[in-house]
Amino acid sequence: MKSESRLLIGAMVMLGFAASALVVIPYVQVANVAPTSGMKPYTSTELRGREQYISNGCLYCHSQQPRAASLAPDAKRGWGRASVAGDYAFDTPHLLGTMRTGPDLLNIGARQPSVQWHLGHLYQPRAYVPGSIMPSYPYLFVIKDQAEPGDVVVHLPEGNAPAGKVVIATPEAQELVSYLLSLDRTHPVRAQES
Amino acid sequence: MSTSVILASAFVLSFVALLVFIWSQRHGLFSRDSTGANVIFGAEEIGRAEEPAVTSTAAHALQQQVNRASGKIAAPASASDLRTRAAADESSTPVVFFMFCAAFAWLLVATAAGLLASYKLHEPDFLTQHAWLTFGRVRTLHLNAVAYGWAPMAGLGIAMFVLPRLLGRPLLGGGFAMLGAALWNAALISGLASIAVGINDGLEWLEIPWQIDVLFVAGGLLVAVPLVLTLAKRKVEHLYVSVWYMACALFWFPVMFVVANIPGLHRGVEQATMNWWFGHNVLGLFYTPLALAAVYYFLPKVIGRPVQSYNLSLLGFWGLAFFYGQVGGHHLIGGPVPAWLITLSIVQSMMMVLPVIAFTVNQYQTLEGYLSALRYSPTLRFIGLGGLMYTASSLQGSFEALRSVNAVTHFTHYTVGHSHLGLYAFVTLVFFGAMYFIVPRVTRREWPYPRLIAAHFWLSSIGVAIYVIALCVGGWLQGEAMLDAGKPFMDSVSVTLPYLKARTVGGALMGLGHLVFATHFACMIFNLGPRRIGATLLGEAPAGAP
Ligand code: HEC
Repeated sequence: MKSESRLLIGAMVMLGFAASALVVIPYVQVANVAPTSGMKPYTSTELRGREQYISNGCLYCHSQQPRAASLAPDAKRGWGRASVAGDYAFDTPHLLGTMRTGPDLLNIGARQPSVQWHLGHLYQPRAYVPGSIMPSYPYLFVIKDQAEPGDVVVHLPEGNAPAGKVVIATPEAQELVSYLLSLDRTHPVRAQES
Repeated sequence: MSTSVILASAFVLSFVALLVFIWSQRHGLFSRDSTGANVIFGAEEIGRAEEPAVTSTAAHALQQQVNRASGKIAAPASASDLRTRAAADESSTPVVFFMFCAAFAWLLVATAAGLLASYKLHEPDFLTQHAWLTFGRVRTLHLNAVAYGWAPMAGLGIAMFVLPRLLGRPLLGGGFAMLGAALWNAALISGLASIAVGINDGLEWLEIPWQIDVLFVAGGLLVAVPLVLTLAKRKVEHLYVSVWYMACALFWFPVMFVVANIPGLHRGVEQATMNWWFGHNVLGLFYTPLALAAVYYFLPKVIGRPVQSYNLSLLGFWGLAFFYGQVGGHHLIGGPVPAWLITLSIVQSMMMVLPVIAFTVNQYQTLEGYLSALRYSPTLRFIGLGGLMYTASSLQGSFEALRSVNAVTHFTHYTVGHSHLGLYAFVTLVFFGAMYFIVPRVTRREWPYPRLIAAHFWLSSIGVAIYVIALCVGGWLQGEAMLDAGKPFMDSVSVTLPYLKARTVGGALMGLGHLVFATHFACMIFNLGPRRIGATLLGEAPAGAP
């Protein structure tokens, strides 16, 4: 055999090893895992909110995978129990994340169920958490002189709304928040699911 | 039998197979000299420095250093060898030039986006009115402009230049690569635009929508055509180690990219493991081999001394191919993935020490006694430092994968520091060095302002040092704070602030370096600057030199 074919075949076999370990075996083991009990598929509004979460890049600062107590005090911070594969049965694309510039969000819906808090926090995080480095998202809101019927008005802490104006949440902001509220994997896992 | 036992035995088996494989390819793995290493030189040419990046007087000084180090005065290369090389260089000129122009453009785009993202991280209310300028998108634009713009355009351009030289004949089918590169850049422009307007696939490193990815695949395959054609008609017997790296990189990438982007196939947690199989391998099996190929070619070529312990490079190559592929899982440590997968990744990360040591020994022995040449050759300075940083970043990566270290650094800015040690301090510096060598051969002009090269070198290396140190220290403190249940989460945020600011400073220096480099390149293209003499030397003795 010529040396270049030997080289390329060898190289592809090596890549094959890696792909079977990291792609094929996990595919067989967990791609079709059943949802953990108590989980519901996302509604279409929540899915649109998930799109917002992706398109605005929330995942680059927030993970969605609380770790076990043996590794990190995630549960003590109120981030929830260690997650299992079944918790992600409806999650495509996955949003596990690799950074915790901000807190883990897999259970944010259980931890912070207030729509108003979330909307206000997206408009200006520093109105709620001084020193936060989360970006503000003013482009998800419109500023009006007066609310019109059907508008969702955001009630910000004193001094954070532009003087004499009201802050209205766009449909995108509302969808995003409904996705955040759907993030709740606090139901216990049965032994065979973990 | 439990999964872990199956896995352990599979690992042992494949490892043994790897050893047998390497052994079957070559005996005398540790012997110090080997004829294979000499193929980058013409007959009698060993001992002749080649450094087109400097003026002829400096080239002369460099040659004297080399003479002193080798203890002999080498004869000039034969006219026929020089003719072959000139023909090889000429054949690749159009495609290399095109790819380099694109590389420069993406380097500047990526720098601007990266700098803005870095600044936004400590000034979160800066430029927030427009969706496309939000942190999440600018950061992603930065990553994609580097990952699919700067790195592949520079790396493939270098490969296109080196291949015909190593295969001893003009490049065949360069037109295909040209078309491929054009498609590739069109794909990247639309990919970045789609990220900016908020349409993306949601996977880190794989954000560009799969509909556009089809173009990348077509472009990538076209770029591989000249490799295949030229390999088939090569004029040399032995395939030099750089060819292995470049050929495999060109074949690995499309396979990984296609597997990773098949729509609708990957789901849930499996998608996450696939994501990091890809995300890590695009570094280890695409940029890294392209950069190592450049080190293995240019470093010995500049100092006119073949790679020492050449056979070790075999170990380095197959070790990288085998171990690196499986290390990606450590990105999911503590996550909802099977435990064996993490263990496997940690083991393979540690095994990566082997190929890295092999490379380091090669590099050290080759440069040994020739360090004074660093003063005279900018190519060597960039590539020497870059090579050293390969060792540093790989060792850092191996230890970072260990559970005890990873528990702290995971999810923190430390990871970002590490990735810039790899992709910038190693890969990018090596590419810079190679470009300093190649551009004069392509434009047929000397670099007009040697001072600018020095400025670029110092800006980039000091900048990246600040960058990496700041993020590693800051990230470590962040991780410690996060692991301490007694501290509120916000402590882990506030502790990083000074380090995030330092990172912006480091990044700004790097950016300044890039501006210098790009300006210098523009001077060459438009023929500005003091020296305008003809083709740069191919390694002939400078006129009037003894
Ligand atoms: C630059 C990094 C960054 C980005 C991008 C980011 N965040 Fe945050 N986020 C933080 C930080 C830091 C905190 C903690 C301080 C705070 O609550 O503001 C946080 C906190 C939060 C919280 C409160 C968590 C808790 O436990 O109280 C929510 C909810 C949240 N972010 C949602 C989002 C959403 C939705 C997006 C995308 C639109 C987003 N974040 C983008 C950094 C970020």
